[in-house]
Amino acid sequence: MQFVKEFRNPHLAEALLAQINLVAERIGRTRKRPVTVMEVCGGHTHTIFRYGLDRRLPANIEFAHGPGCPVCVLPKGRIEDAIAIAHKPGVILTTFGDAMRVPGGSGSLLQARAAGADVRMVYSPLDALALARANPERQVVFFALGFETTAPSTALTVLRAGAEKISNFSILCQHITIIPTLRALLEQPDFAVDGFIGPGHVSMVIGTEPYAFIAQEFKRPLVVAGFEPLDILQSLLMVLLQIEAGDARVENQYARVVAAQGNRAAMAAIARVYEVREACEWRGLGQIAGSGLQLRAEWSRFDAEKRFAVLPHHLADQEQCRCGDVLTGRIKPPQCQAFGRACSPDHPSGALMVSSEGACAAYYEYHGVGEAA
Amino acid sequence: MCLGIPGRITAIVDEQAMLAEVDVSGVRRQVDVLCVAEPGKPLAELVGTWVLVHVGFAMSRIDEAEAQETLRLLASMDELAGELDTMRNSARA
Ligand code: SF4
Repeated sequence: MQFVKEFRNPHLAEALLAQINLVAERIGRTRKRPVTVMEVCGGHTHTIFRYGLDRRLPANIEFAHGPGCPVCVLPKGRIEDAIAIAHKPGVILTTFGDAMRVPGGSGSLLQARAAGADVRMVYSPLDALALARANPERQVVFFALGFETTAPSTALTVLRAGAEKISNFSILCQHITIIPTLRALLEQPDFAVDGFIGPGHVSMVIGTEPYAFIAQEFKRPLVVAGFEPLDILQSLLMVLLQIEAGDARVENQYARVVAAQGNRAAMAAIARVYEVREACEWRGLGQIAGSGLQLRAEWSRFDAEKRFAVLPHHLADQEQCRCGDVLTGRIKPPQCQAFGRACSPDHPSGALMVSSEGACAAYYEYHGVGEAA
Repeated sequence: MCLGIPGRITAIVDEQAMLAEVDVSGVRRQVDVLCVAEPGKPLAELVGTWVLVHVGFAMSRIDEAEAQETLRLLASMDELAGELDTMRNSARA
């Protein structure tokens, strides 16, 4: 077993689609409004578009593409912070590839590199730490972003830097958490999502229990899902079966990777290194209380914000950008005025156009510009 | 960016630093295995294990029995669909 191709079997995908059609038809007999299921995670958005799953759904079932792409919700001001640090003398600024193209106010990190800053792409925070070891005369900064999936990796890297007493390494921490964000979405009175496909890799860290409030308080089903097409179709079927039965439970389709209790070592690392950041801004969504992480005081020697005394930048989203409405499932990407015009993957003006996990970029690549929602 | 990839642990590189080598569809890479190690047990026991690799860290052991169970469920659903089809067709005939 390779754990990948088995979950791409087209024959089984057809069988699942047939089941989904049956359930959708039964639901449609008693319900006028279409059923909207939000895939929270950008990785799921990517699979859905790559395999054209959205085009195969019955007419009364829709996907809404959620906020779970960390690159897409990176606020402009934060990019400016990173650029300001990158331009300080002696600094090597490292980050994941996707983050380098996100437009800030004065351009992207890639553009900062073209302008002379030493900005480098890394695959892992451990690679950034290795750079610090190899360049003791330079200051190496890792621009850390991501949800609970990536937060442990950064935390473990900080712990390692601490144990090795590496003094020329620091992180610009933009880690965010999904639970307060889902709550903020659900509390919006016009939030018309009926069920969730839950983020598989966040859940492998935090487990399935933290979603219980979605079922109990907000009466929506959530199914934690894997990332292959069969995973997503099966999870969608599980959500629809719950909706048909009037149930709201948390289920786990991705049990091969996600344990109900999550990963203890990863959670322990998170707890040791971070604390909740009071105010955290999301691109397109604004401030969401308690949704960000920052380094605890005892690790402040690794905090790039402190080391370089950057004053946080705050920049409003452009008015014509409707990223926030796309992120909350209110509109589909082509309904944004900028889509395919002022905003395209080569010249993104919104962050959802930057990463292949962003709904707008996925829509652009796999549906083209001409197609209406 | 949140995509993790399944890989198989092929060797322990540094027991102290908790680093192992992982084979991800033919590509070999060092990963940190702290999150999948069992406290008190030698890392060597991890060799041969499938793990989910994410930004240089093994974040979860992949449970083969659970994977088989998911596939078995899908296959049985497929069989049932096939049988229903046959039933429908024979009813028509
Ligand atoms: S098309 Fe561009 S500006 Fe409009 S919502 Fe998508 S990413 Fe934002």
